[in-house]
This record gives sequence, C-alpha cells and structure tokens, in this order.
Amino acid sequence: MKLTDLPDSRGHFGPYGGIFVAETLMAALEELRVEYDKARNDPAFMAEFEYELKHYVGRPSPVYHAKRLSEQYGGAQIYLKREDLNHTGAHKINNTIGQALLARRRGKKRVIAETGAGQHGVASATVAARYGMECVVYMGAEDVARQSPNVFRMKLLGATVVPVSSGSKTLKDALNEAMRDWVTNVESTFYILGTAAGPHPYPMLVRDFQCVIGRECIMQMPELTGRQPDAVIACVGGGSNAIGIFHPYIPYEDVRLIGVEAGGSGIASGKHAAPLSAGTPGVLHGFRSYLMQDENGQIIETHSISAGLDYPGVGPEHSYLKDAGRAEYVAINDDEAMAAFHDLCRFEGIIPALESSHAVAQAKKLAPTLKKDQIILVNLSGRGDKDINTVAKVSGITL
Amino acid sequence: MSRIGETFAALKARNKKALIPFITAGDPGKGMTVPLMHVLVEAGADIIELGVPFSDPMADGPVIQRASERALANKVGLRDVLAMTAEFRKTNTTTPVVLMGYANPVEHMGYEAFAQAAKAAGVDGVLTVDIPPEESAGVSDVFKAHGLDPIFLLSPTTPESRVEQVAAAAGGFIYYVSLKGVTGSANLDTEEVAAKLAMVRRHCSLPVGVGFGIRDAATAEAVARIADAVVVGSRIISEIETAPEGECVNRVKHLVAELRRGVDAASK
Ligand SMILES: Cc1ncc(COP(=O)(O)O)c(C=O)c1O
Repeated sequence: MKLTDLPDSRGHFGPYGGIFVAETLMAALEELRVEYDKARNDPAFMAEFEYELKHYVGRPSPVYHAKRLSEQYGGAQIYLKREDLNHTGAHKINNTIGQALLARRRGKKRVIAETGAGQHGVASATVAARYGMECVVYMGAEDVARQSPNVFRMKLLGATVVPVSSGSKTLKDALNEAMRDWVTNVESTFYILGTAAGPHPYPMLVRDFQCVIGRECIMQMPELTGRQPDAVIACVGGGSNAIGIFHPYIPYEDVRLIGVEAGGSGIASGKHAAPLSAGTPGVLHGFRSYLMQDENGQIIETHSISAGLDYPGVGPEHSYLKDAGRAEYVAINDDEAMAAFHDLCRFEGIIPALESSHAVAQAKKLAPTLKKDQIILVNLSGRGDKDINTVAKVSGITL
Repeated sequence: MSRIGETFAALKARNKKALIPFITAGDPGKGMTVPLMHVLVEAGADIIELGVPFSDPMADGPVIQRASERALANKVGLRDVLAMTAEFRKTNTTTPVVLMGYANPVEHMGYEAFAQAAKAAGVDGVLTVDIPPEESAGVSDVFKAHGLDPIFLLSPTTPESRVEQVAAAAGGFIYYVSLKGVTGSANLDTEEVAAKLAMVRRHCSLPVGVGFGIRDAATAEAVARIADAVVVGSRIISEIETAPEGECVNRVKHLVAELRRGVDAASK
C-alpha cells in the first residue's frame, strides 16, 4: 500500500484517525462521507470549486524567492508559498469553500465552525455570506480576547461569534462546543471543521481541499528554480496547511517534509502545544492521534503565543507520517517565532501570521546547515494583521 | 448471567421497570461518591451509572460538564473511580455499576489492564460514549472476555439498518438516547420514542433503557411505560450542584425516591 492511498474506507491512517463520536453523529458523518464521495467524482462540483478558488480566492497563490531573508540566514535559498495573499489572508479559505459547496449540495442553510486564531472563523463567515447561509462561530474566550480584530471581521460578515468559557477557553473547547451544537442541530446544520482533524471523513476532505497548495508548488517550483525543493516546511496546528503542502510531495522521496509545532516556552517547560514532539497517542475530538495528556488520560492545557497552533491534538495523517518516517516534526518556541516574525517584516516587507512565523523560524535553523544552491520551501500559511495586538503586547507597546 | 442481566430478569419477574440514576464520580467531593451510591440504592436505584470525569466531555451539556470539571478539580481520575466502586462493593454486592465516560482515559490505561481492574473492582458494564461499534471490535471483545457488559447508545438519528449492528456488539442493555443533543437537553416526546423503541425491539433482544430529558416523577412514569429502564442524569447532578452545604445526600435521596415512585406508577 502506498502512503498516498490513505485513509482506508473507515478513515484509518494505520492506527490513527477513525470515527470516535457519540451515536447521534454517526448518521451525519456517514451522510457526509457519501456526499463527499459523490461530489469529488462530480466534474461539475470540482469545476465550481476550482472556479471559486481562482476568481474568489485569487489562486494560484505565488511562490516568492525571499532573497534578502535567504542572505540574512546564510545558507539555502528560501522560497515562500504565499497563502497569506489569499482572500481573507490565510489558507483556511481553500477548505471553507469546499465545505460550503458541500453544505449547499446537502441543502443546509446553517453552518457552524470552531476557530482558534479566528482565521477559520473569518473564512467560514466569508463563505457563509458568499453563499447566503447563517453562520455561528465558536471561539474560546481567551482567543476572543487575543484575536479581537478577527472577531470584529466575523461580525462584519454577519456571523454570530459565541465565546466558549469552558475548560482552557481555547481552540479545543471551541471544538467541543461546535460538536455539541452539531449533535443538537444535526439535521439543519453543516459543521465546517477548520483543520485536517476530527472524525472521518473530515481529515480526508480537508486535506483534499488543501492539497491545491502542494499541487501548485509542484508546478511552480520547477518554473522558478528548475527543480523541486530540498525541504518543505509548514507549521502544524491541527495540520491542514501542512498536509495541504506535504501530501502532493509524499511521492517525491528526495523532498524532506518538516512540520513545525508550537514549542511555547520550550518542550522542557511543559508549556507548549507539541503533541507530535512530546505527546502520546490517544482519542480526542473523534479521532485517534498523538495528544497532550496527563497520566490519567486527561487532556492537558496547551500554551502557544499563536492561537492557531494552541491545540493539544494533531490531524491523524501527521501521526501516521511521523511513525512512517516520511515527515519530521520539530518544535519552535514562542521567542524564536517572534524573532522570525520580525525578520520577515524587516527583510521582505511581509507581516506573517504568528503561526506561519514558526515555519519561518525552522527555516532559519535549517538554512545555515544547507548549501547556497539548496532550496527550502516554506508554507506561509497566513498574514499577520490579526496578530499585531499580540506582538505589540509582547514588545511592551500599547497601541 | 451478568449482574446486569440478573437485575433485569428479577425486575421483569416482579413486573417492574429499572431506575438507573447517573452521578459523576468525585462530584461534589471525592469522599461523597460512595455514600451517594449507597443512598441512590436506598432510594430505589436498580443500577448505578457512574460518570468517569473527562477534560473534554464532548457529548455532555453544561450541567454534566460542570460536574466533570468539579470532579477533575478534586483530582479524581479513572483509578479513583475504580477504587470507589471497590469501596461500594464492600457492602453492596447486588446493585450493578456501569461506568460511563469517554475513550481516552480507558485507552490511556490500556483496554486489557482497564478491563481486569474494572472487573476486580466490581464494575459490571462500561459505556464509552465516543466508541461506536465500528471502532469497538477489539474493545468490546476485551470487555466481554472479562465479564464486563459493553453498553452502547442508540439515538433518534440511528437508521434501522444500524440497530442490528449496534445490538450485536452490545451486552447488558441498550441505552436509547431519546433526544438529539447533548445531555441535559429539554423536552422529550414519548410517542416518538415509543415508535422508535418498537423498531429497536425488532432487532434487539436486550433490555432497552431510555435517557435524556427525564426530570421528575411524571416524565419517569411516561418513559417507564415504554422502556425497560429509565436513566436520569442531569436532573440529579443539578440537585447536587444547587444543594446547600451538607444537604446534598438528603436532596438526592428525595429526588431519586420521587423518580422511583414515578417508575413504579407505570407498572400499576
Ligand atoms: C495562518 C494560520 N496558519 C496555520 C494555522 C494552523 O492550522 P493548521 O495546522 O490547520 O494549518 C492557522 C489556524 O488558525 C492559521 O490561522
């Protein structure tokens, strides 16, 4: 079996993935699986998806040679896949368009979403406005506070934002609450899940919608550089931007795939969000994967400067790729991500999302170990306008 | 026959229905659970459902979520729940105990190790809310091998074609969740439930318990008319949550006795 043939028909990536939900959701997930299966084999559906990506999102997103940054880092040439230039400012919109089109096929007039950084919430509110659907976004109370520009954007787009005050008040709790809403309103509502995680078929369909990123790179890199990169780097929260760029590269065995988790205050401190680097397998949010948990199997609180990476689990396909040795996973700490954030601002005139800054920081570590003619491709998953309050606060500046 | 099977058989012989109250282990305090379990039995419980606290109770409404949070704040984990069951068993060897919780604490302990420890502690059945039959192949077999009944849920959204599959994996009884939604949701339509139960019984010979939305003697009676067992959770947790200091055990006793009267009124 090839690594690219997964998941199996029940959503398993080896021991990972699957469908671990209460009975009430089983029928809805089966319905979604059947519908997605039809949709992806329907040329009209795929044509509309591609049309929207081109004319509404603005794809293909460019690949950009960050020459000054490469010089500064002193080693390999760094290229950026500019997902930050997409409509709404991140890769998240690729997936929300796909899922909104599925919702429309099912005749659902209400969509719900969970969000951490607010990028997926904004992307969901955007497509809900675009297709005329009601939209409710669940967001941890702590994230509502630290991502206030995105909360306002969602409201402008007509969405209702519900702050979630249970548990750690971050992304995982927002996901719990979205699931509860879905269980309650399963007949009227489509759940637009924001990352390549959750019960089958979500990890598969989110990946498929995000694979446009990697497929474009495979065309663009030879045009720009005459070949494919030596390494591809992406940040990993739930894992959607990373799997979107990794998956098409899996058969290119010479291309190293490096996922970057949030190291927070450092792995040794315990205050991080790096389940692949420092967790163990378990079951949460409908699937089996590496998790951050204590000795009783309780999920532990995560810490990251970046709301979008502040999640104790990770999409099941990444757990599989880690065990299979096809992808490597590392952690970047808050301070390293902040430094990379400033580097990109100053040397390239690009304000990156704090999530994406983790990937840039890994390029900063890797580049000097490589030769000048080697190539690193970084998935710049989003822009940083949403993060300026956080960055100001860390720098001791009041806006 | 398992203790759960015996309990249902004995009730049937007396033309009675089962009352199954739910409490979360460790709520309101670590030392309260075993006394509460005994009081539940005194007040008329036939089977006890004991919630295993979990950090992310995805299928539960706010009332049971808060109970789980209180229990976790009291540092109660799966091992403590097993110890509580063993303590309860010192003086009660007849009332079945069903653990209800989420997969991860059990998965973390290991299914085999858990099944052994649970059996030794005197647990009779296990309901892991987020392990549907599709994912339960290894799990149910391990439970059954250790004499634990794997309890499964059916819901209003379960298509008829799935009922048989769920029933085949299940032991002890089937738990029909009478509403869409999380625990603690509002009203329940007994006519709709009755129609659904008739369908369930065509595919399943196990006793059927009904839960979600039962809050007083009247709703307990209505459900007892159509089901083999009445499961009550959030209503009891609310009582625990709002009882003044020192009143909790008494309040729960009164409430469960009232529910018992409701259940018994159905078989008059
Ligand atoms: C810009 C950006 N990058 C990355 C992520 C992390 O998500 P994922 O791992 O699914 O790509 C987020 C999540 O909010 C984000 O907003």
